[in-house]
Amino acid sequence: MLDVALSFAVILVVFLVLPLIVGQTEHKVMAHMQSRLGPMYAGGFHGWAQLIADGVKFAQKEDVIPAAADRRVFMIAPGVALVPYLVVLIAIPFDRDFVAVDLSLGLFFVLAVMGVGVLGSIMAGWASANKYSVLGGMRSAAQLMSYELPLVLAAASVAMAAGTLSLPGIVEAWQWWWLPWQAVGGVVFFVAGLAELRRPPFDMPIAESEIIMGPMTEYTGMRFALFMLAEYAGIVVLSFLTTVLFLGGWHGPFLPGWLWTLVKVFALAFVVIWLRVTYPRLREDQLQKLAWAVLVPLALFQLALTGVVKVLV
Amino acid sequence: MDGYFGSYVLVAALLALGVAIVAGALFANRLLRPSRPTAEKLTTYECGVDPVGDGWAQSQVRYYVFTYLYVVFAVDAVFLFPWATVFDAPGYGLTTLVEMFVFLGFIALGIVYAWRKRVLSWT
Amino acid sequence: MTEAVPSYLSPTGQEIVFLLLGAVAVGSALLVVTTKQLVHAALWLVLCFGALAGGYLVLTAEFVAWVQVLIYVGAVIVLLLFGIMLTRAPIGRSADLDSRNRPVAALVAVATAAVLVTVVIDAFRTAYTPLTPGGGAASELGASVFATWVLPFEALSVLLLAALIGAIVLSRTDIRGTTQPESPAPTPPRPPTEPSSSAATHGDTVEPPTSSETATSDHGGAVTPPGDRQGGATSDETGGA
Repeated sequence: MLDVALSFAVILVVFLVLPLIVGQTEHKVMAHMQSRLGPMYAGGFHGWAQLIADGVKFAQKEDVIPAAADRRVFMIAPGVALVPYLVVLIAIPFDRDFVAVDLSLGLFFVLAVMGVGVLGSIMAGWASANKYSVLGGMRSAAQLMSYELPLVLAAASVAMAAGTLSLPGIVEAWQWWWLPWQAVGGVVFFVAGLAELRRPPFDMPIAESEIIMGPMTEYTGMRFALFMLAEYAGIVVLSFLTTVLFLGGWHGPFLPGWLWTLVKVFALAFVVIWLRVTYPRLREDQLQKLAWAVLVPLALFQLALTGVVKVLV
Repeated sequence: MDGYFGSYVLVAALLALGVAIVAGALFANRLLRPSRPTAEKLTTYECGVDPVGDGWAQSQVRYYVFTYLYVVFAVDAVFLFPWATVFDAPGYGLTTLVEMFVFLGFIALGIVYAWRKRVLSWT
Repeated sequence: MTEAVPSYLSPTGQEIVFLLLGAVAVGSALLVVTTKQLVHAALWLVLCFGALAGGYLVLTAEFVAWVQVLIYVGAVIVLLLFGIMLTRAPIGRSADLDSRNRPVAALVAVATAAVLVTVVIDAFRTAYTPLTPGGGAASELGASVFATWVLPFEALSVLLLAALIGAIVLSRTDIRGTTQPESPAPTPPRPPTEPSSSAATHGDTVEPPTSSETATSDHGGAVTPPGDRQGGATSDETGGA
């Protein structure tokens, strides 16, 4: 029972604190990449408390629900977008023998549950009764549908290599030479995951210069904050998954396992931020083309490569 | 809390915890926030001008195709997972690998067809 | 299937959970067909599928349960919602969702349910099997599919291919039927199909419904979003949480 309480506590910390750290890192990294300073005031030292101040502000904001909106659906949509990311964390190993629940179908469980999050943005988009929101909701649904496929295929390649669907089992089976072997799958998984998060350069659904904020246009205060938390929790979950599936999780010399996991997660989160600063937004047709004409064939190629190497070698 | 049922009880518990976090955040928000609705505040936001027409407008069919493609392919991809756990086991090997490639080959034909018929390119 | 039937008077935890999930599934399914709001029907269906997945989980069909979530909740519902959005998805109640066939529909539904329940009860009677986890695991399924049921599996790929091609053919706009579609008089004739008009090359233009004021196109509608129109620039405005 103590084990369970401890692992739940770790999950909550990962879910509630790491997204804030990633968000603050994004503020500062983006600022310095663009020759700015970023937040400098809140908390005194380089604006470290900026996101806490944001949170306090969000908590006091009025909750405006447009008169034309479908109230109930509008109100629960942020929860639908957020909760799947929390549930997913239960199957992710942080260290050797440190996972809340070792589900025998862990990988498949994670993919299935993350797929539920798409409903959140469709619900938000439709229930807002705003044309920009509807457009954004449809765009994000189409985008998530298209990128779910390469994500699933790339994940299947790892399952083939490890011969198991349990996430701790996959990390246990990981060898260093999987890095070149599964490299294509890893890139496909990470890029598709980035698109699932609707992060720039895949942020067509919330393209703020043309459809304001997409499905989140009408949201204010706490509900908007929940959507934001979902986005950053999504970054954390994606980084964890890529680490566990492709980068060997806790494997690494010298340092303790949990530290290796964290180092890899933060390196990937940095890449997420870096990509945001570097690339311009993809147009809707380019988005779909990238998914179907590049990522899916690459993922199929990775599947063939994995199968041939595994059976013949 | 071990075994199959124990682990899914924990999953259900975490789900309940997540719902509680969201509900708690919204409840705290309710205690802290002001509520002064006015008619103008509650109108739909369309960049400051009065909203035109309804909040919903008809959209293009091409989204539907991509979703349909995904549904078909997802049904196919699902079979990869049971296969991945057994194809390397003794008694399966090359035959099972070829079986999956035949399966994927048929589906790939579908992608090629879609490609040739320009469904994947934005019209 | 063992014959020893434990008492029904002291249900196990699994049985209670299963019954509750069944009640949720039936209740939400009823809401799907009785709600007056089109999109709500699809959303209630999510709850129904979720309860079904829970039922599979209780029955130790682990893989099937998560397939239910991945395919049905994650994909089929989205497909349904798209379908609704393409035709009409008004907020609020639609008055014309019910037809006068309601009693007939209820009769058919009850009759179907009666047939199914009778068949299941007659087939199994008091047969009892204990819940043993592991039978629904991915490796078990893989073993039986790829050792015993290979041919149906390969036939499935042909079926999926047929469905895929059917969908593509149906959604293409550049195939003209041999007979001209009869167009009712009031609607103005559309220009002969010109799928690559300049407006449509950029993103998802919304086709304005004819004879309506809601002519919003994604770009260049009556409303102009604030800020710059340079879609490519990454902006810091929407930064942190």
